[in-house]
Amino acid sequence: MLESSKESLKLEAMKRVVGLIAKGKNASELFPAVVKNVANKNLELKKLVYVYLVRYAEEQQDLALLSISTFQRALKDPNQLIRASALRVLSSIRVPIIVPIMMLAIKEAASDLSPYVRKTAAHAIQKLYSLDADQKDHLIEVIEKLLKDKSTLVAGSVVMAFEEVCPDRIDLIHRNYRKLCNLLMDVEEWGQVVIISMLTRYARTQFISPWKEDGVFENSEKAFYESDEEKRKSAEETKPYAMDPDHRLLLRSTKPLLQSRNTAVVMSVAQLYWHLAPKHEVNIITKSLVRLLRSHREVQYIVLQNIATMSIQRKGMFEPFMKSFYVRSTDATHIKTLKLEILTNLANEANISTVLREFQTYVKSQDKAFAAATIQAIGRCATNISEITDTCLNGLVLLLSNRDETVVAESVVVIRKLLQTQPSEHSDIIKHMAKLFDNITVPMARASILWLIGEYCEHVPKIAPDVLRKMAKTFHNEEDIVKLQTVSLAAKLYLTNSKQTKLLTQYILNLGKYDQNYDIRDRTRFIRQLIVPSERGGALSKYARRILLAPKPAPVLQSAFKDRDRFQLGTLSHTLNSKATGYLELSDWPPMAPDQSVRNVEVAEAMKEWSPAVGKAKSSKSDDKFYSDSGEEEDEQAADSGSDEEGGSEGSTRTPVSLSSEAESENSETSEDSSQSEKSSDSGTGVKKTTTQKNKKLQQAKKPRKLVSVCDRVCVCVCQQLSSPVFVPVHTYELLHRMTGKGLAAQYHFSRQPCIYDDRMISVQLTFSNNGDHTLENIHISEKTSAGQNIHCFSPIECLEPEKSVTVSMGVDFNDSTQAASFQLCTKAEGFNVSIQPAVGELLLPVTMSEQDFSKEQVWGAVFAAKLVSSGALVLVCVVQKDSGAQLTVNTEKTIIGSMLLRELQTVLSQGS
Amino acid sequence: MIHSLFLINNAGDIFLEKHWKSVISRSVCDYFFEAQEKAMEPDNVPPVIRTPHHYLINIYRDKIFFVSVIQTEVPPLFVIEFLHRVAEMFQDYFGDCSEVAIKDNVVIVYELLEEMLDNGFPLATESNILKELIKPPTILRSMVNSITGSSNVGETLPTGQLSTVPWRRAGVKYTNNEAYFDVVEEIDAILDKSGTTVFAEIQGVIDACVKLSGMPDLTLSFMNPRLLDDVSFHPCVRFKRWESERVLSFIPPDGNFRLMSYHVNAQNLVAIPVYVRQNISFFESGSSGRLDITLGPKQTMGKTVECVVVTVHMPKVVLNANLTATQGNYTYDPVTKILVWDIGKLNQQKLPNLKGSLSLQSGAPKPEENPSLNIDLKIQQLAISGLKVNRLDMYGEKYKPFKGVKYVTKVFR
Repeated sequence: MLESSKESLKLEAMKRVVGLIAKGKNASELFPAVVKNVANKNLELKKLVYVYLVRYAEEQQDLALLSISTFQRALKDPNQLIRASALRVLSSIRVPIIVPIMMLAIKEAASDLSPYVRKTAAHAIQKLYSLDADQKDHLIEVIEKLLKDKSTLVAGSVVMAFEEVCPDRIDLIHRNYRKLCNLLMDVEEWGQVVIISMLTRYARTQFISPWKEDGVFENSEKAFYESDEEKRKSAEETKPYAMDPDHRLLLRSTKPLLQSRNTAVVMSVAQLYWHLAPKHEVNIITKSLVRLLRSHREVQYIVLQNIATMSIQRKGMFEPFMKSFYVRSTDATHIKTLKLEILTNLANEANISTVLREFQTYVKSQDKAFAAATIQAIGRCATNISEITDTCLNGLVLLLSNRDETVVAESVVVIRKLLQTQPSEHSDIIKHMAKLFDNITVPMARASILWLIGEYCEHVPKIAPDVLRKMAKTFHNEEDIVKLQTVSLAAKLYLTNSKQTKLLTQYILNLGKYDQNYDIRDRTRFIRQLIVPSERGGALSKYARRILLAPKPAPVLQSAFKDRDRFQLGTLSHTLNSKATGYLELSDWPPMAPDQSVRNVEVAEAMKEWSPAVGKAKSSKSDDKFYSDSGEEEDEQAADSGSDEEGGSEGSTRTPVSLSSEAESENSETSEDSSQSEKSSDSGTGVKKTTTQKNKKLQQAKKPRKLVSVCDRVCVCVCQQLSSPVFVPVHTYELLHRMTGKGLAAQYHFSRQPCIYDDRMISVQLTFSNNGDHTLENIHISEKTSAGQNIHCFSPIECLEPEKSVTVSMGVDFNDSTQAASFQLCTKAEGFNVSIQPAVGELLLPVTMSEQDFSKEQVWGAVFAAKLVSSGALVLVCVVQKDSGAQLTVNTEKTIIGSMLLRELQTVLSQGS
Repeated sequence: MIHSLFLINNAGDIFLEKHWKSVISRSVCDYFFEAQEKAMEPDNVPPVIRTPHHYLINIYRDKIFFVSVIQTEVPPLFVIEFLHRVAEMFQDYFGDCSEVAIKDNVVIVYELLEEMLDNGFPLATESNILKELIKPPTILRSMVNSITGSSNVGETLPTGQLSTVPWRRAGVKYTNNEAYFDVVEEIDAILDKSGTTVFAEIQGVIDACVKLSGMPDLTLSFMNPRLLDDVSFHPCVRFKRWESERVLSFIPPDGNFRLMSYHVNAQNLVAIPVYVRQNISFFESGSSGRLDITLGPKQTMGKTVECVVVTVHMPKVVLNANLTATQGNYTYDPVTKILVWDIGKLNQQKLPNLKGSLSLQSGAPKPEENPSLNIDLKIQQLAISGLKVNRLDMYGEKYKPFKGVKYVTKVFR
């Protein structure tokens, strides 16, 4: 059927094949026939073939290679869905030979215009990494690139790839940290989980501990915990602790996620607060966690486990919700046990009576395993809270008459443990238990009673020998553990009451000597040597009494969850209480805060955002030195030098502009808004092609290119102050079309480097390409027509072959005007009149100024300082937020330039809204 | 992340497997079967099982075990939550999530799973997006497909995937524009023998069925939002507005969805709408016992109590029950030891009563504990907490929708 020419038949056949795969039957012999259909037009058929390929390609690598070319073609398909699914399959077929092809495809897809394809690329990174770990370095590059992506769709996947490939490269996160925090709300829920857990780890390495050092531990038990609290740093005493604004940002941006409908998200926020938040803020997670308890059984299980761990350390957190942990008769056993655990942890003097009453009902439960666990819980409560020990003991003794064996046995064991703490007062209980001894058949309980009697045989001198006599009778029928205890009992009685028991002891020792179990034989031999002085040796027998009857410390009944806090909450390792593969330790707080400035976003990135660029730049441009604590709101930008120049700027233009209030909110860059604005501009990486409406609108704007360059230029100023990489726009302008140039095409762009020819000039890069069919010779500039503009020509190009291109640079002194520089471009045969039109922004060079030069009144303002290239006159721009809008001020000597700049900035800002 | 998924039915057959990375032999499920055997009841199977090389995380739903294989560290809730989503998606597509339904639609199941996970990481879990990618099966469509040969796989990327409202698809059109909201509340209470409340709480959900054209922007406000103590929302709800104004503002997904779930502050006392008098005793001599249960309404605010079902988990020794009910009928399953008494509507005048004798296994000791009773009931047109929807406003579209709100209270004990 697969060979059939009819599509419906093929589809039917493929469906059956997939059915086979689903059932786990082997369908690999059909491989050649299936692969043929990979190029089929029918999308459903294609998908099914993909499913098949992914399943079997690993087994039939040679044949799988046949399909590769189809995928490569599909990678160029205009439909983003097809591009993405081709990449998915290509990266999923796990054939080592195609690693280079995959690498190439990933790199390409990482700069795809569709965020969906980029997301797929992020997934493909992990697949390639698991196939060939040698590619790590290249992949990290791609990850770095994708981390900068503004799309919420990509964020989750790329962080996942980051976690898988290079979780230790924390340095890659720095610059994206704030962006991730702000985007978090809008990322899809699965991505949120991954990002939150990554940020938790990040924050633990980058911020200092918010947990106050209070010197004394809340209770002495805590000293045992290998918890982080012990390592709390003593920052508090020396200087008041101030939380890093980024730390605060993280906490603030995750908080709303506690209301998520996705339990995994809630849990991960909860663990983030648990591990990162100051102690008094952790309580807000309680309610949400309790809410999760109404979810599915499996969810309950995991959440209860985590609550159990938390409740050990901080009882107060869950105490008000104690009733939520009451056990229902319909709960599964493991959930009941966990609830019991939590109730035990929460019990204190105040609420113990309610808890105990609740426990009483549980003991009667039909689920015997649960009843037994309850008894243990009662035991733990009794040891923890000394006031109720007696009540518990009495209750437990009552249980001894219970009809169910497991309950009785468990009670005996627990009573034994309790009695060890205060044996002298309870000899009657021991007597009572000795009486019960005949009826109890559970070995552990019998052994416990024997041990008790042996240990405290002085309190029950009459009964003890009698019990031993009974044991001697039934010795050979007992379980091993009971036999061992019998031997011990015999030895102890021999030492305290040798008159009555000498013969009995010897009898038991003889029995033990010929026992089948070597442990028992061993023990017997040892005891015999110890207590019955023989002719040789016997050195130890002097000490026998001290060895056997040494006072034993009471056992500490403690929670099974005590050591779980080694692990990060909410992880698989925590659930299993052992390290799972790939578990990443949560590091301790650093003693000193690492440099905060690493997270400052470079403006080159921020400006990609296009319209809100000015607003963005404002927050991020602030330099390392005075990055203040107020986080996003800080701003006061410094600029330097020539105070006299500024003061003397007589012809300054000062035009207040009221932007629409929306524009202002774009600028105001509070965390709420920024997520929105980023959303809308997420396609900003490719300036020309956009998907969102806003950018389309901008494209239609009159002078989009110039606007960009104004913006760009402005931001570059800041960049250089930060001494970070300069952002250079890639778009080029056409100088000469190939039709008019008879085969010669020329393009130019502003390289924004200081001109090497003259510092009054602006450097322009020209790219010539020969689109004609014959060689062009001697390309040069012949005459400069425009007056007052000084042009430094490039050296003539000897010849330019067809299909070749060459890049040269030249310098132009525009004389601080936007007038075009016109000149004639000549080849050997002809000459063409061309002109270069600069944008206002291109005429500026950034300079550094001190902040004194700007008025201090500004609440916040985006401030830029630059000078005009040829005259050296200063241009100062500041944006000040007012109640209903923003005021934009441009100060410069050159009025024309000033007003032009102002107009363009105004257009950009109001369009950005 | 998630490596493979196995679907196992109650009988222990693996009837579907899907691998997102390299193939893992199904023998890995033997560890699961081992745990299942140990647990005796399906409910008691531990959700996380460790094997030497893998970790198995499973959920049990609709008599099917969803067993996923994990190789590296991953938050277990992440996997559990995802598996539940898968089950919900099946339910959404096929009406019910049963073995038969899955087997019948194995190709669609496969396509779905392929879209939902890529390399073990969730890709698309919104049902609206998936339905655009893969059309749900209907009889009509399968007929058309078989004649024309057209496929039920979407050709283009769903627009929602890229937009900021991924839960809604573009270009929705209805002739009748309707929006229905069901306020369903559940009382969860534990009563002790004498009838005093040990613990009671009210949880509620608002399920919505919105069939509105275009991109409506809805605002739902409550008369008494202060009642709501702890809430969780569908991602479409704008959290900021809720925090500041206590109204729900959202662009709804298309079709059925759960808008929010909430918890009512436990401080105000919960009025339990019925009372129970029960007397179950077992005689020391002779293998028999006596049972007497009476139910009566209490604080129902004038509404009738419906669908009353009493379930009793009997001790293991009870062999059979010989009872008479004044209203409704009862069944006793001697295997599971569950007595179900279906009463139906609760009558004010004549209180329903169930009386009779129980026969016990002879020779066995009498059970020391009285069995617990579970009561399910339903009250229409009443939200027990007193929550009321104030109004629903729509912005962004011109037409006038039909709006409806329904209140239901359920009780589980």
